[in-house]
Amino acid sequence: MLSKRFVRTAVAGAVLALAGAVQAQQTSVEVLHWWTSGGEAKSVAELKKILESKGYGWKDFAVAGGGGDAADTALKARVVSGNAPTAAQVKGPKIQEWGNEGALANIDAAAKEGKWDELLPPVVANVMKYKGQYVAAPVNVHRVNWLWVNPEVLKKAGAQPPQTWDQFFDAADKIKKAGLIAVAHGGQPWQDATVFESVVLGVGGADFYRKSLVQLDEASIKSPTMLKSFDTLGRIKTYIDKDSPGRDWNLATAMVINGKAGMQFMGDWAKGEFTAANKVPGKDFLCINSPGTAGSYTFNIDSFVMFKQKDPAAQKAQLALASAIMSPEFQEVFNLNKGSIPVRAGVPRGKFDSCATKSMDDMAASTKSGGLVPSMAHEMAIPGSTRGAFLDVVAKFMNSDMTSQQAVDAMVKASKVK
Amino acid sequence: MSAVASAIPPRSLRGLADEWLPRIVLSPTLAMSLVFVYGFIVWTAYLSLTESRMMPSFDFAGLAQYARLFDNERWWTSAKNLGIFGSLFIGISVVLGLLIAILLDQKIRTEGALRAIYLYPMALSFIVTGTAWKWILNPGLGLEKLVRDWGYPNFTFDWLVNSNLSIYTVVIAGVWQSSGFVMALFLAGLRGVDEEIIKAAQVDGASLPRIYWKIVIPSLRPVFFSVLLILSHIAIKSFDLVMALTAGGPGNASDVPAIFMYQFSFNRGQLGLGAAAAMMMLMTIVAVLVPLMYLETRSARSAR
Repeated sequence: MLSKRFVRTAVAGAVLALAGAVQAQQTSVEVLHWWTSGGEAKSVAELKKILESKGYGWKDFAVAGGGGDAADTALKARVVSGNAPTAAQVKGPKIQEWGNEGALANIDAAAKEGKWDELLPPVVANVMKYKGQYVAAPVNVHRVNWLWVNPEVLKKAGAQPPQTWDQFFDAADKIKKAGLIAVAHGGQPWQDATVFESVVLGVGGADFYRKSLVQLDEASIKSPTMLKSFDTLGRIKTYIDKDSPGRDWNLATAMVINGKAGMQFMGDWAKGEFTAANKVPGKDFLCINSPGTAGSYTFNIDSFVMFKQKDPAAQKAQLALASAIMSPEFQEVFNLNKGSIPVRAGVPRGKFDSCATKSMDDMAASTKSGGLVPSMAHEMAIPGSTRGAFLDVVAKFMNSDMTSQQAVDAMVKASKVK
Repeated sequence: MSAVASAIPPRSLRGLADEWLPRIVLSPTLAMSLVFVYGFIVWTAYLSLTESRMMPSFDFAGLAQYARLFDNERWWTSAKNLGIFGSLFIGISVVLGLLIAILLDQKIRTEGALRAIYLYPMALSFIVTGTAWKWILNPGLGLEKLVRDWGYPNFTFDWLVNSNLSIYTVVIAGVWQSSGFVMALFLAGLRGVDEEIIKAAQVDGASLPRIYWKIVIPSLRPVFFSVLLILSHIAIKSFDLVMALTAGGPGNASDVPAIFMYQFSFNRGQLGLGAAAAMMMLMTIVAVLVPLMYLETRSARSAR
């Protein structure tokens, strides 16, 4: 009796599983991502809805933890075993590394149909291409060179929101004198690097930034401008409270929100912390470009990279996924939830707040002026190994008595790490 | 023994089963450890000789990864930190554990409760220990703030955020976690010391410290070996404690080889370099353990 029932259940289960597998092969896309927190999960659900309305299934493959490290490991295992997901959250030069492994699918068909070449800034489109063919679909743009300011603190200290480095240090001095922390910062290597790249951009300008931190030109890295950047960074260091090592970025943002600190260098994901605390942009907090970077824009773009599929039906589903990611509807909803801005032109901007619209305007302007550059700290510019070596240098500079000249020498050495 | 062996009658089926069954039962375990431990050690050793980047590759590169490793300043920082952490962690744990064990061995009334209290930290994972100590040692919310609030505004204890001292906070947390365990091992050893010898020494008029120094502690020799074996491998592969406590910071000031290996292998796409670092860690363990085990087996043989 028992064994009969067992057999029946097992057979039924097997049939179901088989049917499921067939169905999955025909119409489902499997997407590996690490967007599991509140707003992000909502955004992913939106993508699922769009695809389901087109008749494709959605197989969620969320791997949380470690800022994507865990997902990365899972992805490697899947690709090596010859069972790659339809798409995975991969960004920046890592797309090229996957391309070199020969694992990526060509989605030019979707790009041509959607006119991606016209909708995306060329700098961005290049990140999404491997050997001239689209292999990834961009989701959003985060701007990194922001300075988040608590106007209340500035008023108390009698300072103005800074636009240049002189104004910045003037404001910082006044805040310090008022007994508050001038610069909220978390001493983690990636946060150190976030400040560092904004300083390089502010001191040297977009061209210098591109030459030194993107093209790794040795003469630029050795130049007095880099030395001056480290001097400026060293000066900023003196306005950071001594408890900063190891502090998470959102705790540093909370210091600005609570009025304990005046300013923070951070990308626009910080905005989510402000709005979650019911603060209004322009009134309770200001988003201004970091000092000296008015015409420039460091971007951090999330994207879904597409893996080769054997089954033609799966390939079709993959193209539908790519089109859905780039659709204005998805770009709008997703970015409203995430705090970033749409990567493509032609998305209605009515629902976005003043920080986001400023970001859109600045991105459009910097695309034209050539001030649009990839973020080094956020893995958009250079291979992970070189970026890691840069981060080691900057972290050491921030946490020891290393001189600017020693830091420059170490940067030259780090730039040769492949 | 040998007389019995030669007199074995023709083997029955039962006898065969007796002989082979244990081997058959153990063989999956043996095969698994051969593949998943020794096999992967060989695999890692091979990877360390290749140009592997994000994925394993098989382009032979000779010792280039080791040259890169030894040219990496951060590697030497982590190696130095391992030296500091390893020696202090093992040294202090052994001394403290032995001291507590000897004190507990004085036939005191509440020994059971005290033993549980000292042993309890071992029940926590290193992540919990690291996180708790991170809060305790954080100058802004832990010990320093507490003492300042008590009315000593000049009290400073900022090792956690000081690049030169942060590795010592790892020692503090590690010792806190492990010395109770060391105590338990020594206590068990102390219970095994022959009472008669101690009584004889007392009759001869030896003082208590002298009895411990000359008789009890030398007889704990095998316990010392076990303790050193366990603590040294905890020290060399320590990862979670450092991750939770300092995350290698400030900057990379409290980096240890295990973190270095993980980050380069899996975050930075330098699998070959990470494998070279892993091999260096293995060599360190071998360098510590082989002499220890050699001494141990030799002393065991000479004692026989």
